[in-house]
Amino acid sequence: MISNLFPGMVLAYSLGMLAALASGRGVMGRWLVALGAILGAAAGLALGVAVIASGTPWAMNTAALFSFAGGLALRVDSLGAFFLILIGIVAIPAAVYGASYSKHYEDGHTSLRQLGLMLNLFLLCMSLVVMADSLFTFLFVWEGMSLSSYFLVITENSQPGTMRAGLWYLAMAHIGFVFLVILFLLASGGDWAASFASIRSGAAGLPDAVRNAIFLLALAGFGSKAGIVPLHVWLPMAHPVAPSHISALMSGVLIKLGIYGLLRVALDLLGGGPTWWGVVVLGFGAISAVLGVLYALMEHDLKRLLAYHSVENIGIILMGIGAGLVFQSYGLMTLAMLGFIGGLFHTLNHAIFKGLLFLGAGSVLHATGTRNMEEMGGLIKRMPWTALFFLIGAAAISALPPLNGFISEWLVFQALLSGFQLPRPEVAIVMPLAVGMLALTSGLAAACFVKAFGITFLAIPRSTEAEQAHEVALPMRLAMGLLAFLCVGLGVVPFTVTPFFTQIIAELSGISAPPTAFNFNWTLQNTAGFGQMSPTLIAIGLLLILGLIPLCLRIFRANQKLRVSSTWGCGYTGQTPRMEYTATAFAEPLRRVFAQLYRPTRELSIDFHPDSKYFVHSIEYSSEITPWFEKVIYGPLVGVFRFAANQFRRLQSGSLHLYLLYISITLILLLVVARWL
Amino acid sequence: MANYLLGIGQGLLALVLAPGLVGIVRWIKARLQNRRGAPPWQPYLDLGKLFAKDVVISNHASWLFRLTPYLVFSSTLAVACLVPSVFVLLPFDGIGDLLTVVYLLLLGTFFLALAGLDPGTAFGGMGSSREMTIAAIAEPTIALAIFGLAVRAGSTNLGHIVAQTLANPGLAVSPGHLLAFAALFIVTMAETGRLPIDNPATHLELTMIHEAMILEYSGRYLALIEWASGLKLFIFFSLLANLFAPWGLATVLTPMALLTAGFVFLGKLALLALVVAVIETRVAKLRLFRVPELLSVSFVLALLSVISSFLLR
Amino acid sequence: MPSLFQKIFNTGIVTEKLSPDDLDTIGVVKEIEARTRRLLGRSLAIREVDAGSCNGCEIEITGLTGPVYDSERFGIHFVASPRHADLLLVTGPVTRNMEIALIKTYEAAPGPKLVVAVGDCARTCGVFKGSYAVAGSVDQFIPVDVVVTGCPPEPKDILRGILTAMDRLPEKNHPIIRRETP
Repeated sequence: MISNLFPGMVLAYSLGMLAALASGRGVMGRWLVALGAILGAAAGLALGVAVIASGTPWAMNTAALFSFAGGLALRVDSLGAFFLILIGIVAIPAAVYGASYSKHYEDGHTSLRQLGLMLNLFLLCMSLVVMADSLFTFLFVWEGMSLSSYFLVITENSQPGTMRAGLWYLAMAHIGFVFLVILFLLASGGDWAASFASIRSGAAGLPDAVRNAIFLLALAGFGSKAGIVPLHVWLPMAHPVAPSHISALMSGVLIKLGIYGLLRVALDLLGGGPTWWGVVVLGFGAISAVLGVLYALMEHDLKRLLAYHSVENIGIILMGIGAGLVFQSYGLMTLAMLGFIGGLFHTLNHAIFKGLLFLGAGSVLHATGTRNMEEMGGLIKRMPWTALFFLIGAAAISALPPLNGFISEWLVFQALLSGFQLPRPEVAIVMPLAVGMLALTSGLAAACFVKAFGITFLAIPRSTEAEQAHEVALPMRLAMGLLAFLCVGLGVVPFTVTPFFTQIIAELSGISAPPTAFNFNWTLQNTAGFGQMSPTLIAIGLLLILGLIPLCLRIFRANQKLRVSSTWGCGYTGQTPRMEYTATAFAEPLRRVFAQLYRPTRELSIDFHPDSKYFVHSIEYSSEITPWFEKVIYGPLVGVFRFAANQFRRLQSGSLHLYLLYISITLILLLVVARWL
Repeated sequence: MANYLLGIGQGLLALVLAPGLVGIVRWIKARLQNRRGAPPWQPYLDLGKLFAKDVVISNHASWLFRLTPYLVFSSTLAVACLVPSVFVLLPFDGIGDLLTVVYLLLLGTFFLALAGLDPGTAFGGMGSSREMTIAAIAEPTIALAIFGLAVRAGSTNLGHIVAQTLANPGLAVSPGHLLAFAALFIVTMAETGRLPIDNPATHLELTMIHEAMILEYSGRYLALIEWASGLKLFIFFSLLANLFAPWGLATVLTPMALLTAGFVFLGKLALLALVVAVIETRVAKLRLFRVPELLSVSFVLALLSVISSFLLR
Repeated sequence: MPSLFQKIFNTGIVTEKLSPDDLDTIGVVKEIEARTRRLLGRSLAIREVDAGSCNGCEIEITGLTGPVYDSERFGIHFVASPRHADLLLVTGPVTRNMEIALIKTYEAAPGPKLVVAVGDCARTCGVFKGSYAVAGSVDQFIPVDVVVTGCPPEPKDILRGILTAMDRLPEKNHPIIRRETP
């Protein structure tokens, strides 16, 4: 049975690609494409579940393909199985959603063929990445994944800014790819046909400098895919312009593959390392978390806001993993386990609620035609289901109990709080700073999502498009509802999945699972001596009290009548949308508090009446925040490349005679060189 | 079984005493203003009246507006059941630790901020924006203060922290605990909306933070929200009293111990109420953009608390 | 800091007892329901509405919350939003600009609610009667329960007017309380 799942998966995706090539339009075409993706993802999900349930890895090696590089080697161990499950969980709702969402691409400007083909190819490549077991396989499918996602990003190529975003994405993905190539060649000693098994066994013998170099290259290469600051700049550009279900897949799954790669290299292939590895990961995680949320706060494009939040959550995941690496280097295995479990659980949770939020943002975009929050409002009454699911996603990402975001953040907190058990105080001091930054992140995330949900859905519509919005079709609602259900479910009964994380980490080399690691019955407990919490009982308690209050009010006859009247708002005579708070205004206090970081530029021009300065014709005010990295790092870098490219342009003068001269010079040089050698 | 009943009883005790606590603070402030003031049980009369009044809501408000008072009240009451006031090492102790308390309170703040935005008024939006700013900036302080306490106790569970301080009385005067107390005190003033951060008795909308979000609420909804904010004050006072000076808490289930614990707890609450009332009388309200400076002072205190806990372990 | 608290303790409580004065100034327009009297008798939230007054009445009203008159001891407190209010304290003649605002404030308050009109202007437009900017007296726009005459009335009269509306007057059965003819 299990051996049929892989061919089944490939078959399903191929059928999806064929359906897309056939036409991809119309109800039939779109749903066939989606069906291919759904079945393929389901097969991958089943494979992952089977591997984790049985505890034995599944392997396959077709020496026929890529024989020059040792064949297409695939192996699913528990870590890969977990990521297969993650891909399946997000891909199935995304595909269902996409089938209905891509209906509005049938206007002729966008190619549904490309969308459907690349979607299935993308999912296939992602599944193969987590199954890859040899150097060449991994790099090949990684590149396939980057390319197919590039085509997905530029689907709406008629929109301004899409091609530029795609170009940035492609460039950054390939810079990362270069790092990965160097990294794997270093690890395998130059052997293109090396399998992961041989790398793993050879890694212990590598000199320390090489190991450190591999780690740093992994951090850079996989980090650029994951979206670590400062390699994150492609995220806020690419995710908003992609179609919404693709954004959900990219934000939910693609960036997690960066985490997969980091875990695979650092924990599995290299088997853990010195303390400074963990501190570096922790540091980058903390910085990404805080900077991600700070820039998210200032956004009023809904999808860019969500993209920056992905950067923030990757930061939180890295904080968990970094803490785990630090504990592992000191041999505190239980605590290391806690850190890794926190990181992995947050990976799963983030995939679910970020996927949900992007699908919700897509529904809003679909209904109102705009991504700009300042033009929305009042959607809770016009799109009640979308609003409800988006609210669940927003509450989950703000780590509010009893949803799933709270569970994983609690675990990461506990891992960091255990830092006092580290023997060296100068390292232990890093932990409280990380705790402070994590707390700041979660507070700011809550503020940001009050803004995102409140301005988008509540109060009065700020534009006619928002006024005329209507609820989205059933498949889209179903997809969002499924993810929302998972958010709530994983929050209320997390103990159903937490035992499996122990198994996953234990399989990676370097961690030995203590016999009674965690007791996950009703409670989440950290027997390293720290905290205990029962999310199930909290949820039950909250529901009980929520139900009891109206009952008590009825008993004590405090249920007076309710009258609907116009808003008070201090007695103004007509309420217009101009009187509401705007997104920019909402974030303004925080902008002032963190002004040193944001360095907003402000431009104010007042046009006075010619006769008197007391009368004003018009006032123009504009304020802009340019993300620091783009200004300071990428701007100059792009400038250097432009300069170099401009110099090279001198060679292209357009004169045919000059080109013939170049050819003849090159020919003569080659002949000379060949004669000498 | 008796343990669980006692846990629920502690929550109900909080529910019953919270309006009285608010009333006592107001009464002391009135006396410090050289006037007689309303009797300390006035908030009970206010709540009773509010529950009997009609409700008027805006036509732009949605179901979120109507759900929020219940949600805020439930989450605050749930926290009140988790915080030890009279009895230590509750069975509820395994249900939620200090981090859970913080995030449950954040749940209430989150929904209240959304409800401020719902009717579409500028004042509500302003209140929401300011409230979330202060909540966000106060978070790191709370987390670090918890860290400082938890390092010495070996757990973030409230019962364990309290039990550890009871076992080693010297902990209570250690620099870590004293600094954490100072930091948490400032955060208490911020989170419960007291001067110098927010004036609970102001009528000027531009100076409001918490009040501005509830301008559109009336009747039983307003009663639930006012009760919840009184409960929040009670919870923070309980935390301050029982995490840092837990003597008097009952550790066994005898009526004598519970009675003594009750009296000692009321005494601690009265003392804290006096301190807060005196501070409120003495200081003027801070300008909004000076509040982050005050909160960063509390952050530094919390950081120092953690560092000293580490070094003096 | 010590000097502030020294001053507080040296001054002591300065609240004056509400003297049993003559009650000429108070007129009851409408008989207040028993249920309302019972409900609002011990706890009253007031929203003050300036419908166009010269602010003379406002200055007297601000004296009410001060230490000498201390309205809070009767359970009265002033609130910012009519949604929180039980009683609207209206001053001034109703000017054209404030007409809609006054009606909206009344509609925004949840029942059961009371209205006390303070000052001669609120009662009969006072010295502003006949002005082009004035739309009428308060009872022409919202139902009034108690009026307090005076220009401006003293704080103790305003306080007794509010207490009459709450039915908390110390000398409730005093025969001099007039019934105001509508």
